[in-house]
Amino acid sequence: MDQPAGYLHAGFILISWPNLFLIGIMLVIFALALLLPFPGHAADDQTEKKS
Amino acid sequence: MSTNSGDQSRGSWTAATRGQLERRLPWDNLLPDRQPYWVGSWVYVFGVVTIAALAWVVASGVILALFGPQWWHLSRAGRFFNSLHSWSVQVFFVFMVLHLWGQYFMASWREGRAPTWMIGVVTFGVSIATAFTGYLSQQNFDAQWIAVNAKDAINSTGVGGFFNVLNFGQMYGLHVMLLPIGMVLLVALHVIQVRMKGVVPPIGRLSQPDVTREMTEK
Repeated sequence: MDQPAGYLHAGFILISWPNLFLIGIMLVIFALALLLPFPGHAADDQTEKKS
Repeated sequence: MSTNSGDQSRGSWTAATRGQLERRLPWDNLLPDRQPYWVGSWVYVFGVVTIAALAWVVASGVILALFGPQWWHLSRAGRFFNSLHSWSVQVFFVFMVLHLWGQYFMASWREGRAPTWMIGVVTFGVSIATAFTGYLSQQNFDAQWIAVNAKDAINSTGVGGFFNVLNFGQMYGLHVMLLPIGMVLLVALHVIQVRMKGVVPPIGRLSQPDVTREMTEK
C-alpha cells in the first residue's frame, strides 16, 4: 500500500493497474445493468401493454 | 372580485413566477409516483446511486470540517470518516461516469433535453474541480506533491494568479464551501430538469407525452 502502483505501458498507452482494473469493473457493471432483468419490470411492462 | 385580483396581479413578478412554475413544474411531474415502463432498467439506477454517494460525501465532509485535519489524520474515528469521504467520492465518480455512458448511448439530449445534458456536463466539470481541491486540502505530503506538480499546469493556463493551488486557505475554502454549494445546486437543477421533461424514452420509442396521448385516445 505504501508503494507506487505498477503501470501498464504499451506504446502510447500508459495507465496504472488499479485504474485499468477499475475501468474493467465499470465495464462489467455497465454490461450487467444492460443484461440483468429489473425486479418487477416484466409484470409492469405487460400491464402497460394491456392498457 | 376575481377579475380585480387578476388585474392586480398583472405585471407582478411574483405572480408571473408562480404561474411559470405551476405550468412548467406541476407537482405530478415534480414528485411522480409512476414512471414509464422503460425506466425499469438498472441503467436508470446509476443516476440515483450517484446522488446517494453525493449525500455520503457531503455528510462525511461536514464531519471532517467540524473536527479538522489533526483529527482526520491522527484519530481512529477521524481516519474512518476520512476513508468514508474518500471512498464515497470514488463511488460518486464511478457511478457518475456509468450514468454518463448510459445517457450518452441513449442520446439523452433528445426532444428538448439539451439543457438537462448541459447541466450534467457542467456538474461533471465542477465535480472534478471539487475533487481536485479536495486532494489539495488533505494536509499531508500527498497534497503537497499534487499542489507542487499542479501549479505548473495551472500557471500554464494563465489562471494561476487567481487560482493558486499552493494557497491552502483558498483551496480549502473552495472545497468545503463554494464548490459543494455549486454542486448541490447543479444536481438539484439537473433533477428538476429531468422532472420537467420526463425520463428520455429509448431510441425509436414514443416519448412520454405521445404515450399519454395514445393511452388517453384508447
